[in-house]
Amino acid sequence: MGDENKPSQTPKLDELEKGPWPSFVREIKRAATKSPMARDLLGVLELSYEEKVGHWKHGGIVGVRGYGGGVIGRYSDVPEKFPNVAHFHTLRVNQPAGWFYRTEALRAICDLWERHGSGLTNLHGSTGDIILLGTRTEELESTFADLTKAGFDLGGSGSDVRTPSCCVGPARCEWACYDTLNFTYDITMHFQDELHRPAFPYKFKFKASGCPNDCVAAIARADLSIIGTWRDEIQIDQAALKEYTENGIDIQADVCERCPSQCMSWNGKELRIADEWCVKCMHCINAMPKALRPGQERGAVILIGSKAPIVQGAMLSSVLVPFMKMEPPYTELKELVGKILDLWSEEGKSRERVGEFIQRVGLGNFLEAIGLEPKPEMVAHPRENPYVFYEEYFEEEPEAASETEG
Amino acid sequence: MADTVAERKTDIGPPHYEKFLPPVVKANYGKWKYHEIVQPGVLVHVAESGDKLYTVRAGTPRLLSIQTIRELCDLADTYSDGYLRFTSRHNIEFLLTDPDKVGPLIIELTTRGFPVGGTANAISSMVHTQGWIHCHSAATDASGIVKSVMDELIGHFQTMELPAKLRLALACCLNMCGAVHCSDIAILGIHRRPPKVDQEKLSKICEIPTVVASCPTAAIRPKRINGKETVEVIEEQCMFCGNCYTVCPAMPLSNALNDGVSIWVGGKVSNARHAPMFSKLAIPYLPNNPPRWPEVVAAVKNIVEVWAKDARKYERMGEWIERIGWPRFFQKTGIPFTKQHIDDFRHAGLTYQRSVHIKS
Repeated sequence: MGDENKPSQTPKLDELEKGPWPSFVREIKRAATKSPMARDLLGVLELSYEEKVGHWKHGGIVGVRGYGGGVIGRYSDVPEKFPNVAHFHTLRVNQPAGWFYRTEALRAICDLWERHGSGLTNLHGSTGDIILLGTRTEELESTFADLTKAGFDLGGSGSDVRTPSCCVGPARCEWACYDTLNFTYDITMHFQDELHRPAFPYKFKFKASGCPNDCVAAIARADLSIIGTWRDEIQIDQAALKEYTENGIDIQADVCERCPSQCMSWNGKELRIADEWCVKCMHCINAMPKALRPGQERGAVILIGSKAPIVQGAMLSSVLVPFMKMEPPYTELKELVGKILDLWSEEGKSRERVGEFIQRVGLGNFLEAIGLEPKPEMVAHPRENPYVFYEEYFEEEPEAASETEG
Repeated sequence: MADTVAERKTDIGPPHYEKFLPPVVKANYGKWKYHEIVQPGVLVHVAESGDKLYTVRAGTPRLLSIQTIRELCDLADTYSDGYLRFTSRHNIEFLLTDPDKVGPLIIELTTRGFPVGGTANAISSMVHTQGWIHCHSAATDASGIVKSVMDELIGHFQTMELPAKLRLALACCLNMCGAVHCSDIAILGIHRRPPKVDQEKLSKICEIPTVVASCPTAAIRPKRINGKETVEVIEEQCMFCGNCYTVCPAMPLSNALNDGVSIWVGGKVSNARHAPMFSKLAIPYLPNNPPRWPEVVAAVKNIVEVWAKDARKYERMGEWIERIGWPRFFQKTGIPFTKQHIDDFRHAGLTYQRSVHIKS
């Protein structure tokens, strides 16, 4: 195992072993006790800390047979100094929905990663995958074989469906307005081909949040954001309200006055909610979870288009379907997504996310192409400029035309 | 290897989540009634059935060795019947049914260096990217800054005394794999010089029309240099987004002297009270100063402290700034307002102050 190699000298990184927050340097050093690759990672990172630049090169095309995604190729630009990280490829492994594990599953991943890679991971990457950090090209196929043996598969990368992720949902949250775990597993299985074999203009992300608190940041980070909501009345337990007032909550100031739609009133004994004005923001429910709960007629708002800045600037998702029931097998949503993916694959430009595509062609035209009716819930307000592309207009009827029918 | 090939499976997808749900979760799936926060980092969820589930949440460095994962698994075997989960912000959660095990688990985690907390009006773990550990386009390191900032702010992870939640995130370049653009405070690595075209390499490994088309400001033009088809960059048109480098490795824009960090404030993703918001620029540039980035740590700490002192109960960073106004934000934090703060990208005019609503 290369015990003859002296450990790298890392005075700068050693500084980051100090202090109360858990240290990533300690983690790399821990892995380095067994892995020459982790040892050279310390060396190359120390070099970056000295020089203030990174030392990794683009990956080129590496992967496992039959897949186009799931592996991020990475090579060192100083392989002569740090030969053990000359290749340092990452595998993205599709996490179980909600990030629940039994220890034997995690141990199986540790064992295979001890055999095939650096022994370093991220739990988890930003998109949600288990990240296995650093291995060589010739190890990829055998790592993949061991992964599937352990019941795991690769996640997405490149211009494909990226690994869908979801909040803890009904597994441990009373606010889940639909089964985010079931939906995420279902959609992941439905799009296996699209997830492993990139064929889109760019990436396409799904994120499923069970309520408007949006714990997986679906509205900011997913091309398709599925955010739980309800459309009947907030459920109130008046007796439990009393408990909150006794425990320091000022219902008037902390709840009613913080309500963005000002739809609540409190007379010191009873809370009244004018539900027809409620925007389902969750504040009152967050403040008093024992007393207030989302309504019983539950589903989701479907929003589209959010992304980080590259290329045309950051975007938040916007409303596509104001309310959809979310029950297996999610046929309505799958059909809608199918139409969106077909259209965008056909007409999107290279590296154009679906949100940017909609900006380019116009939401109105996009809706028409996927067969959705325009609704006022989709906009913050109607247009402010008069430059309408009218497609329908009257023509003077030819004189004889009115007499043709008889 | 022959048997490996014979057994080769593809497209099996992730393991089904039901295999990993503790019995108490399976029994009460979708039937949770309410929850309470018992103490920082400890939640109790109560089901319609009366069953109780205790969650103990702890911070991690996100980058974990297999040795540490096994150590955490040992804890889960001892305290939570072999079940555990992770959160979207890289915290680890142990799921317990026996309240008597909560205290000993907290002691065990704390002793091993995993701080318990991150609940309610606290700073949770920072979402962040790879930085110099793995990324080709990083303008700064990720883990090093996160560690330095959290060392300073850990007290707010372990208590719940802030006005509201505070979500910190870091992305090491404008690609924002960490999608930091809707965080209360975002730390963003920035390049500040145009790409240096490697003419020799470019003609061999990149498609010129793709490189030209990749530039959102049309700053890249095809050009023949010394008989080779390559490109040139109109430097004053470059906004350092790095999109060209992502499609063509012969356009590197890392620059040790000029790369650094910017700070953004006031974003949120939750719909609670105010609708979701983008973060806005607070500090255009701070230097890369490893290993501990003292300027970045001080800047973040200052913003947190000013907000914590001034904001009303439940007011997230962005809600607070909206109430007091941006002039007061810059005044109270002592951050200078500069030309760089004024948007000049698409629809910039929408960000100008278009009223005379000005506090004196």
